[in-house]
Amino acid sequence: MLSRVYKGMLGILFLSQASVASAEMSIEIIGAGEYQTPVAIAPFGGDVKLAQSIKDVLVSDLLRSGLFRMIDPEGSSQRAPAEVIYPDWQARGAEALVIGTVAAKVNGRIEAQFQLLDVVKQVKLSDQTVSADEGQARAIGHRMADLIYEKLTGDKGVFNTRIAYVNRIGQKFNLVVADSDGYNEQIMLSQNSPIMSPAWSPDGSHLAYVSFETGHAVVYAQSLFTGQRKVLADFSGSNSAPAWSPDGKQLAIVMTRDGGSQIYLVRPDGSGIRRIGISDAIDTEPNFSPDGQYLLFTSDRGGSAQIYRMPAKGGLVQRMTFGEGNNYSPRYSPDGKSFVFTHYKSGKFFIAMQDFMTEQMEILTEGGWEKKPSFAPNGKLILFASEARGRGILATVSRDGRVKQRIFSQSGDAREPMWGP
Amino acid sequence: MKRFVFSIVSVVLVSMLAACASEKPKEIVAAPIVEAPVAAQPAVVETAPIAAPAAVVDQLNDPASILAKRSVYYPFDVFAVQDADKPLVQAHAKYLSEHSERNVRLEGNADERGSNEYNLALGQRRADGVKKMMILAGAKGSQIKTASYGEEKPKAAGHNEASWAQNRRTDIVY
Repeated sequence: MLSRVYKGMLGILFLSQASVASAEMSIEIIGAGEYQTPVAIAPFGGDVKLAQSIKDVLVSDLLRSGLFRMIDPEGSSQRAPAEVIYPDWQARGAEALVIGTVAAKVNGRIEAQFQLLDVVKQVKLSDQTVSADEGQARAIGHRMADLIYEKLTGDKGVFNTRIAYVNRIGQKFNLVVADSDGYNEQIMLSQNSPIMSPAWSPDGSHLAYVSFETGHAVVYAQSLFTGQRKVLADFSGSNSAPAWSPDGKQLAIVMTRDGGSQIYLVRPDGSGIRRIGISDAIDTEPNFSPDGQYLLFTSDRGGSAQIYRMPAKGGLVQRMTFGEGNNYSPRYSPDGKSFVFTHYKSGKFFIAMQDFMTEQMEILTEGGWEKKPSFAPNGKLILFASEARGRGILATVSRDGRVKQRIFSQSGDAREPMWGP
Repeated sequence: MKRFVFSIVSVVLVSMLAACASEKPKEIVAAPIVEAPVAAQPAVVETAPIAAPAAVVDQLNDPASILAKRSVYYPFDVFAVQDADKPLVQAHAKYLSEHSERNVRLEGNADERGSNEYNLALGQRRADGVKKMMILAGAKGSQIKTASYGEEKPKAAGHNEASWAQNRRTDIVY
């Protein structure tokens, strides 16, 4: 009797703790950019609650980049450029100022009108209006952050982009799509069999991935809009490692139907399968160059796992990584000039980057259980899987290695992340 | 009063337990996944042809037989069947060659070192290597299916060699 009560209580407590954990999400930022632009964001006019929630997203996006620090706008009620007293902001140390107004419109849309001002030169840098459907306040904050980031750094922002990853909770595997800050999670697929290797179509409309639901590895492609999916490859043995070509017209996949793990091309409807690599080694994890001409991939043809490159049409294979340790999971940078990969040495996994010109490997992280890097669309940040406090988590590192963030979401293990468009 | 104190103590205990458990999701994960191919193997019922002598006992059900062993183990990043496991693979091949109505599924696995995709490929190569050896020893290719789980279904969840050694494995599943 006692044990039954005990078990019941354990169940209830366990559930309540799990749900608390899943409701909380925290992001830790470590390090800072070489120079952090001081930015003040004045309280927005209009709907107070909405204004605050949009501002919160905007502030946390800018802080996460490591390139900005926030100047306290305490006491300011300046809402229009004409009301701005520049010497006041200069005295507070701000170089840039954001003012604006948000409103919930009768048509169910939310609208934010905002100006970015250069406090030093006392000029308006931009004047924009951003709108979204009701309930999409986060999207407005991300869009504003993108526009401000781009004006102040010259690089495109990635706050309004999405990521995909696999979350494992006990025996359950969820394929998750979320905003780039980990919020706004949507589960695309939930099952008790493993899911691996999500890959974004270039237009962000589809995810290809590997699922074991039929007892072996099969490649599927699923629409994010309709949720409908189709089989891309289901041959005997393993079908895996999907990667879209930049024009979205084909995917590179890996199959074992003709022997070992080899690279093939297939159209997004599953037709036109043809083999492009021939080796008696493991060849896997293909990734297209931004111009679609080459594939980077992982192979153990030299005796240990290393990164190689070959023309996407097939042809001469070139080894890219040398030296001690093993290397896995290559991904081109968006400008095609370098690639990131997982480096394994002396029992630790690191995120590393290599320039095609210099052929020098640069290690970006401290090392630990760090795997599967992918670039943000602007090439400035790298998303990867890490581990902290006994859990699999998502993490990012800036391209120069200076700014890192760790995203703690949910209660499960985050794995296999991929930054989308 | 006593009862009240007791219930507080048990709530605290339970909550500590729950906290402990929730901090170690990996260990929770491991428990239900653990496969015990030998013990969990359902007693296979021979669809014995009427003409066959009634006294024939299926070796597969004999816990003393080498066939009771259903896993092949490997060193790190190696897919060749090791000498120690060759008699086991050959015994299963012989059994299959003598029981053409039987089929097996070979499930390759890898430890968590390496990328998930590389480990999927490695697990597949391990399973395919066992298949090749079984065919050389007399089994028919049509009796054998292979699959890989890579590092996705670890038998042991630790980040250490003791766990990894158990996870570098091909399971022979009848």
